Amino acid sequence: MKILNQDLYNINKNEYQAQQKSTLVDAKGMGLTEDEFNLICNKIKKIPNKTELGIFSAMFSEHCSYKSSKKWLKTMPTKAKHVIQGPGENAGVIDIGDNLAAVFKIESHNHPSFIEPYQGAATGVGGILRDVFTMGARPIALLNALRFGSPTEPLTKHLVSGVVKGIGGYGNCIGIPTVGGETNFDKSYDGNILVNAMAVGLANKDRIFYSAATGSGNPVIYVGAKTGRDGIHGATMASTEFTDNSSEKRPTVQVGDPFTGKLLLEACLELMSTDTVLSIQDMGAAGLTSSSVEMASKGSLGMYLNLDLVPTREDKMTSYEIMLSESQERMLMILKPGSEEKAKLIFDKWDLDFAVIGEVTKTGRLILDKDGFEVCNIPINPLVEDAPEYDRPYEIIQNKNIIKINELKINYTVDEILAKIFENPNISSKRWIWEQYDSSVMGDTISSNGKSDASVIKIHGTENSKSLGKGIAITTDCTPRYVKSDPINGGMQAVCEAARNVAASGAKPMAITNNLNFGNPEKKNIMGEIVGSIKGISKAASFLNTPIVSGNVSLYNETNGKGILPTPVIGMVGVIDQVENCLEMNAKEDNTLLILGQSENFTQGWVGCSIYQEIENKIIDGAPPPVNLEKERKIIEILLKLHTKKLLTAAHDISDGGLLTTTCEMLFKNNLGLNVNLPKLLLKSDSKDPILHSWCFGEDQGRIIVATQKIDKVKLFLEKNNLDYFILGKTNASNNLNLSDITTICINNLKNSNEKTLPYIMS
Amino acid sequence: MRSGVTIFPGSNCDRDIIVALKKITGKAPIKMWHKDIEFPNLDLIVIPGGFSFGDYLRCGALAARSPVIQNIKNHISRGGAVLGICNGFQILIEAGILPGSLIRNKKLLFTCRDTKLEIQDTIVSPFLSGLKKELHLNIPVAHNEGNFFASETLLNELKNDGRIAFKYIKEINNDIDYNPNGSSNDIAGILSKNGRVLGMMPHPERAINNIHGGTDGLKFLTKSFEQIIG
Repeated sequence: MKILNQDLYNINKNEYQAQQKSTLVDAKGMGLTEDEFNLICNKIKKIPNKTELGIFSAMFSEHCSYKSSKKWLKTMPTKAKHVIQGPGENAGVIDIGDNLAAVFKIESHNHPSFIEPYQGAATGVGGILRDVFTMGARPIALLNALRFGSPTEPLTKHLVSGVVKGIGGYGNCIGIPTVGGETNFDKSYDGNILVNAMAVGLANKDRIFYSAATGSGNPVIYVGAKTGRDGIHGATMASTEFTDNSSEKRPTVQVGDPFTGKLLLEACLELMSTDTVLSIQDMGAAGLTSSSVEMASKGSLGMYLNLDLVPTREDKMTSYEIMLSESQERMLMILKPGSEEKAKLIFDKWDLDFAVIGEVTKTGRLILDKDGFEVCNIPINPLVEDAPEYDRPYEIIQNKNIIKINELKINYTVDEILAKIFENPNISSKRWIWEQYDSSVMGDTISSNGKSDASVIKIHGTENSKSLGKGIAITTDCTPRYVKSDPINGGMQAVCEAARNVAASGAKPMAITNNLNFGNPEKKNIMGEIVGSIKGISKAASFLNTPIVSGNVSLYNETNGKGILPTPVIGMVGVIDQVENCLEMNAKEDNTLLILGQSENFTQGWVGCSIYQEIENKIIDGAPPPVNLEKERKIIEILLKLHTKKLLTAAHDISDGGLLTTTCEMLFKNNLGLNVNLPKLLLKSDSKDPILHSWCFGEDQGRIIVATQKIDKVKLFLEKNNLDYFILGKTNASNNLNLSDITTICINNLKNSNEKTLPYIMS
Repeated sequence: MRSGVTIFPGSNCDRDIIVALKKITGKAPIKMWHKDIEFPNLDLIVIPGGFSFGDYLRCGALAARSPVIQNIKNHISRGGAVLGICNGFQILIEAGILPGSLIRNKKLLFTCRDTKLEIQDTIVSPFLSGLKKELHLNIPVAHNEGNFFASETLLNELKNDGRIAFKYIKEINNDIDYNPNGSSNDIAGILSKNGRVLGMMPHPERAINNIHGGTDGLKFLTKSFEQIIG
């Protein structure tokens, strides 16, 4: 490293400061431990200056290095015949036939969204979209999995409103439909909300772009928006717990500009259609640092950058600020030498910055110049290879206590419970939220926002004279209260519910992206939640042949030592060959409803960890409903076969709130009624009968309600295939739900309270 | 029929209307880049929805000052037909081609949902003449600034001149607000004095297949084109 002298001080005083040798105090201020600081000094054989240390601290942050989870992430199933690219790239890629590939990923923006909900959520959407189009795919759908604190907390309303506006603000403007997702409320998220955004894109199978740098001497290009002082050290901020002073971290939140995002999207896709791009990487977390280091590292090469050439928004930015800024809407590319002019024309057309800022080298080092001085010279390898990997102690706590129905105190009638269920913000309609998202732009949305269990998008350009073409079904799922009680079981359940949702919309489940949201991994029980859910997810994913192809980990979701419910969100993608055959959840009149996966003899439902238990006894406790993978796989197979035979008219997975809740949801849209055919044992019960309650509201897994006009054929097929079923009854126009002589419930009243809950909270 | 679709930076429904026009006319419309000024003579120009120039300043304000607008004005003075959808409607107003203004939705929230439109009794217009017998159209909206606002004088003038094209109307059995943005007199679209320029907030290009969104948009566009080519 060149000696720093008075000249640099005269040119740029702040840069001179950044070139001073760092100390352990600096390291700790950047979130590094003493061991990590010593490791860095050893590996690079010098004491780093502040810029170099900043680069290390960003790369070693939990957010970039996955240091607490890497050991376990490696154990997940990531391969299958249809997987083109698994974890490790900007997004996962699967083969969906016809020479097409689906490119998708989910990513969290939890910490920034709590500090600044609008910008945090907006840049979450922007970031995940860049991850997808960096791979050469045009984004075709967005989903988001949101978790907020208690609805009665005054802050919750502000956060919901800001996050929803932010998601819409970015997605609506850039013109990608937001088609689904989930929103839940629980007091454990009071101090740490979760904002997980998922994007799906479409590419030609043989036109996927990767990030590994190639060819020493090739030009390194910076495109997109200018670099500003926003979001500096965002990745580090996202890797610590919150305290009461976290609002001081507002400057670490990035600011999104969907308009520039749209221009960047169009310019990149236009450039990628020419034969000039060798590799490309989005500047996401840790900005120019992680993009340059990752590209060089993956290509086993080095990189030289002249930071004076980086387009900046502000004067006299230091190398430290330029390298650690998380300004949005920027990309780093390596082009074929000689194609710079041609590429620049495209970016000029879209009024975006385009700058050659350096070149790929053979040195294996990251070398940065600024103001005529060498300001950073460090080996690339230790930044990635030597990033710490911790085998943190863990304890998986599985609640094995099976709650029996007679242990519950019964306070309410069936009618009252149903009313309370649809007043529960976790079940009730999320219309207030999804009406703020443009769900139909691009003209390919077939089903969105709960019309079917998974959202369905038509694949543009696959239509022919016989069919509207291919489609993909997408869902996000997780039931955190199950994961809390039993992480392994909860992990399996999230995968199975996602698969059931995809199948219930008529699609074959294909692959997963996951977003693992947890508290502080340095605590044994939380590390146990992480390890347990990864085990559960892995087991179910390999059983159902839906490998994990991309994902994101968000840890330290804690405030003042209190962690969130463990929330490993599963985003699943499935494929439908003829998209017009997708299944809705809304039943039609004169259809028979039957439950797949539930027998005639079944009367005692699983009440532990259920919404019902919470309503009756204000507590969520006991073992969650067990998951039988064989049964889950079978039910999906049979459902898809029945559907291929065109025997089904609707399908809806039984989940939160149990079978009666699911049944009501199927009747809402078309204002239908049903005389429920109760099992014989329950015919004589009254409206406060515990067994009846458990049958109505138990959350046993592996069940889907389907509707059919051809009940005889369906019965025959199910009997031949040896799958349990239970006939619930035939829908009618009465708008009443009759439970034998026990009670009659007006569906329209439930439908109204279902629609009113969220607007009331937000008013 | 020769048609064109304008493209501004930030337009995002250009592809959708191109797909719809191709479906109806069998021929892809030409793309009209905002900086270009020379185009062949066209029968119809569509200004699509989106967020031209990121909605900076005001929705449609910067697009209304783009070079391509002069071409559109020339086209109109030749008697050409223009359809502005959503942001296209906002641009037509900002360019002074249609009167009134489009302000933020009454609830201050972006709103995306299906709406039911009632076709009004209008002056002769290629966009409406083929539809007289149809009373209603179900077409979705998706916007943040679609609240049509005008003085009493202008509202009366529009009504008396038969220039109100569509109004939002109530669905039976549905108690959600039928007017998604709080527009004056429930106005969803208006015509120019000669009836050949239509600005509307709903997106007909999003209602062109029967498994999602319905086909009322297709019906509207098809009838319009039949009238335009005469």
